Amino acid sequence: MSNLLAQMTARAQALNIPLSVQLDLTYRCNERCVHCYLDHDDHGEMTTAEIKHLLDEMADAGVFILTLSGGEIFLRKDFFEILEHARQLMFCVKLKTNAVLIREREAQRIRDLNVESIQISIYSHRPEVHDAITLIPGSLKRSLSAIAFLKSQGLKVIIANVLMAQNAQDYPGVRALAAELDVECTLDPTITPMMDGDRSVLGLGVDREALRQVFRDPALVGDVDEFCAIASPASEDVLESTPCSAGHTTAYVSPYGDVYPCVQFPLPTGNVRQQRFLDIWQHSDQMNEVRSIRLKDLTTCTGCTHVSSCTRCPGLAYLEGNMRGPSSQDCEKSLARTGVPSANMLSKKRAVANLVQIRVLPAMAGVPA
Amino acid sequence: MSQMYVARNPRVAARSLDGEMMIMSGRDSTLFTLNKTATIIWQAADGTTPLDEIVERKICLEFEVDHDAALEDAEALARELAGHEILQISEEPIVARKPNFGELR
Repeated sequence: MSNLLAQMTARAQALNIPLSVQLDLTYRCNERCVHCYLDHDDHGEMTTAEIKHLLDEMADAGVFILTLSGGEIFLRKDFFEILEHARQLMFCVKLKTNAVLIREREAQRIRDLNVESIQISIYSHRPEVHDAITLIPGSLKRSLSAIAFLKSQGLKVIIANVLMAQNAQDYPGVRALAAELDVECTLDPTITPMMDGDRSVLGLGVDREALRQVFRDPALVGDVDEFCAIASPASEDVLESTPCSAGHTTAYVSPYGDVYPCVQFPLPTGNVRQQRFLDIWQHSDQMNEVRSIRLKDLTTCTGCTHVSSCTRCPGLAYLEGNMRGPSSQDCEKSLARTGVPSANMLSKKRAVANLVQIRVLPAMAGVPA
Repeated sequence: MSQMYVARNPRVAARSLDGEMMIMSGRDSTLFTLNKTATIIWQAADGTTPLDEIVERKICLEFEVDHDAALEDAEALARELAGHEILQISEEPIVARKPNFGELR
């Protein structure tokens, strides 16, 4: 984040302005990625008019950065009508797509509407690995063709590489591919549980050793010693800070109008079909509860060695049952990074040790065998 | 330049934050912020109102400043913003082009 954007974000937080919103236009998708957390059936998506009205409300509320995502956004027949409306309202628009449906014509249209960036998921440089994750043969080839179309229009493309056990060894290949295509590349080892709480997809994630290797790759983290260092004890200022931007300057809206603090934090706070977006943002009890939480309020994490450097996601913690609790995936990341288990891991270990403890009952002592 | 017309560049992204504009360049995504006076000019830059008139109506009356000095500052600001492709400037009124929106609808 640039310094100026960081300043604007701090200012927006002080003024309680939702600076950045992700709006999923649909959960329908033309791929079936094995790790996806969405139900791809259409349960009553917002209409074109509803979305345009929502965009008007979000502009009035002060939203600046608008990320349009899904599902696959290009499955909406009205996608360009929505995008044009968003740009007329002068949002900074970012797109997330698998790009399978982007050809030269679509790329030109995206350029004409001055989209800030397009993020495209690429899982591997090898078709057999990428296509086995999307479950669509030929999908890598089509996504890469789209990247070429978008680049030829001068657009900013970002490859998003989600890391799983299935593609753990391929990220250097994806990065090489990104360099060849002259696009940015991000790497994310986080797998999100299903929106309904089903955690079975988490089994697809990378193991501790693979994560450890990733965090020790200088090409990714720069100075490995600095990146993997154990943080200094948390200061009072750190403990008074907020865990992340969810509900503070960012929000998420589902295709059905449900508003959450973040796409990864499915705490229902209201629905724009029943209430104005700004009323939900400002007055929802749930949103205000999220906003009230400081690092000093966390049940297990406040006293953890990693509290000041942890990537703890309150949404993932919520999906584990407690938005003030730990997020096990982030505990794993802290351990893989530093070699030091988190307070959450240590307490679980103690609990397991207590469960298997065998003590000789006094009445049994001295009883002959 | 006898008369200067100013228009917001439709390629940028922009939003007011507490009365000050955040503007992201459509050219290279550089972020700018405008102070309250510059924000007033930017928001009034409809392409058809001369800058002279914007300064008279929106700046001089509001801030009780000398017209010529304010206009000189406003013209310098407009040229600077035009250099960043945030604002368009012209000696003629700037008519907004209807967005090309059809076949992919």
